[in-house]
Amino acid sequence: MSLLRTLLASLLIVVGGIAVLAAATDGFRAFTSETARRIDVREHPRALPPVPLQTAGGRMTNFARLRGRWVLVDFIYTRCMTYCSVQGSEFARLQDRLAQPIAAGKVLLVSVSFDPAHDGPAQLAGYQRRSGDREAGWLAVRPANASGLDALTHVFGVTAIPDGLGGYVHNAAIAVVDPRGRLIAITDWDAPHEAERYVRHGLAQ
Amino acid sequence: MIVPSRWHPWLGLALWLALALPPVRHVLEATMTLQMLVQIPLLAAAGWWLAPFLTHRVVHALSGWNRGGISGMLLASFGAVVWMLPRMLDAALENPWVALAKFASVPLLIGVPLAFSWPRAGFVVRGVWLVEILAMTFRLGWLYMVSPVRLCSNYLLSDQQTLGKALLAVGFTVLIALAWELLWGRIQVESRPH
Repeated sequence: MSLLRTLLASLLIVVGGIAVLAAATDGFRAFTSETARRIDVREHPRALPPVPLQTAGGRMTNFARLRGRWVLVDFIYTRCMTYCSVQGSEFARLQDRLAQPIAAGKVLLVSVSFDPAHDGPAQLAGYQRRSGDREAGWLAVRPANASGLDALTHVFGVTAIPDGLGGYVHNAAIAVVDPRGRLIAITDWDAPHEAERYVRHGLAQ
Repeated sequence: MIVPSRWHPWLGLALWLALALPPVRHVLEATMTLQMLVQIPLLAAAGWWLAPFLTHRVVHALSGWNRGGISGMLLASFGAVVWMLPRMLDAALENPWVALAKFASVPLLIGVPLAFSWPRAGFVVRGVWLVEILAMTFRLGWLYMVSPVRLCSNYLLSDQQTLGKALLAVGFTVLIALAWELLWGRIQVESRPH
């Protein structure tokens, strides 16, 4: 009798355990929070909050005003000496590859600093210059206030942690925002052709 | 144990509460290694010590469903696998509900069932379970040591590699202890009557 009941209990535990594991991994697809964030964005596009942003030119803007075109967004901090500097040159390359739709006002690149206390307009402009900015269709911005930064890192799922050397380590990526102002995809920061494909596909429709 | 066994449940409760204190949490969750190799095992240990709070009637009723400790060990295994997912380690830092789930489920769904089932488990069940835990330790340790990708957004790559090495060290230590026990120890498995 106890053997049968143990079998039944074990069976229930296995079924329940697999169900919990499936729920915790989005159906065995996401074992890391980075994969989970990408799946969630793809399946449930997120509206971007219109928090005030200051550009490298000193002007104010927000994501609501950038609607009507495809926007590729990455998060940076200008003191970064490691891969953010490569992020910058990847954006400069995207300026070349997307030069036509950029000139037509259909595409915009936006780099958002998650270190606004340090990254003023001058630092943002310096970052773009160092990265080889082609001076068309690339805005570097910082959130104008702390709550704006929180809102943006929350909706984009950006996590930046101190690297122990005075800088940060962050889950760098290129985020794709559609003309309706919705975050629809997150792609690898070092594979700009993926982000480019989203844009070209969207423009062709 | 030096501590009289009637104190164990209170010790478990004290450990549980101590681990939930914000400063203690802050320290133990500061690195991936501390969270996975210190905080979570201590939470499970708290549960193990809490187990005697179960009344005799509950123990008697449950043991009919737990022959040879199999159901309990299965429950503990699934609990352990959930809290080995890198995603859950991240979520426990970012989402208070997940943190609450961790603090409740590790003691109650890993520690308590283990305390309840291990003494009832025979040689084979214990052996299978230990081999599976060892294999998991080596697999995860290897993965964390060689992965060029950060698996937790809240932890550094170097921290992940440290955890990988620590897991391999723990795995080898347990393996050597087990081998020693098998070769030179006196194997005594007193499984309680069902």
